[in-house]
Amino acid sequence: MIDQFRDDEETASRKLEERKDFYSYVWGFSLALAMTLVPFAVVHWGAMRGLSLLIFIGAIALVQMAVHFRFFLHIGWRQKREDLLLLLFSTLLMVIMGAGTIWIMASLAMRMSLPASP
Amino acid sequence: MSHEVIKHPGLNLGAAHGPQHDASEALMFGFWIFLMSDAILFGLVFASYVTLVNATAGGPEPHALYDIKSVFIETLLLLASSFTFGMASLALKYQHSTARLIGWLMVTLVLGVTFLDFELHDFVSMFAKDGVPSRSGFLSAFFDLVPLHGLHVAGGCIWLICLVGQIAKYGVDTQAKHGVMRLALFWHFLDIVWIAIYSVVYLAGLA
Repeated sequence: MIDQFRDDEETASRKLEERKDFYSYVWGFSLALAMTLVPFAVVHWGAMRGLSLLIFIGAIALVQMAVHFRFFLHIGWRQKREDLLLLLFSTLLMVIMGAGTIWIMASLAMRMSLPASP
Repeated sequence: MSHEVIKHPGLNLGAAHGPQHDASEALMFGFWIFLMSDAILFGLVFASYVTLVNATAGGPEPHALYDIKSVFIETLLLLASSFTFGMASLALKYQHSTARLIGWLMVTLVLGVTFLDFELHDFVSMFAKDGVPSRSGFLSAFFDLVPLHGLHVAGGCIWLICLVGQIAKYGVDTQAKHGVMRLALFWHFLDIVWIAIYSVVYLAGLA
């Protein structure tokens, strides 16, 4: 009898966990969909222009990436290993090398009086 | 249960899978390190694209070449495939029938192949407008970056077909479980790279 009861309880907690995992994907999908529709709509109907539009697209893209990491890749603060730290360190390397490349090459293009990067 | 420590990126199998759950930690961490090195590769190819985006050398410019409708459909296809792969991961974790797992994997495969089909049509229509890689620095950088992602997706599709064959022959054993979990990381990672591509290349190019 007691075993039966324990099994039922275990099944119930597993069902609950499955619902939670399922809704995590539904949330991730809905948020990502919204963050896809907005910038496409803004660009398609020309609601914004110039630098403010570029900043807007970039900011939404960064938030959408965070949503994907959180809800699809399940990266959180309670990781056992250094998954999040590795991600942040790779991002730091990318920013240093990427921004450095763009800065130097744009400066070079300007000095060579070729059309510079925006 | 809800305060269980997360052992690795992606959906954790959980204690119900016994030693297979413990064995996945080191494997998934190793694959995560590979993905981060791949991310740096993509980051630097992005940097070279941004550097060369204005070097059109009198050839066609982004406005003339990109088709926002096609890119929008591709984005939705990849996002939907991320969701269906999530459903496959759930079927694996909660030990639903093998048919259900293979079903979700096949839906993901169809979405991935449709994405590649749309992307190839984009490239063909760019070629028709003189948008070939040798035309300018901008086009060289474009065809370095976007097909690099496309090749990754094609590799993911081949990997998916191999996994489905493996499951059909040997069932959902330890190897198959770890294969599906690593491919899930790879697939979701490629969707994140696509966010950067549609934002930096297509939306910023058409803005």
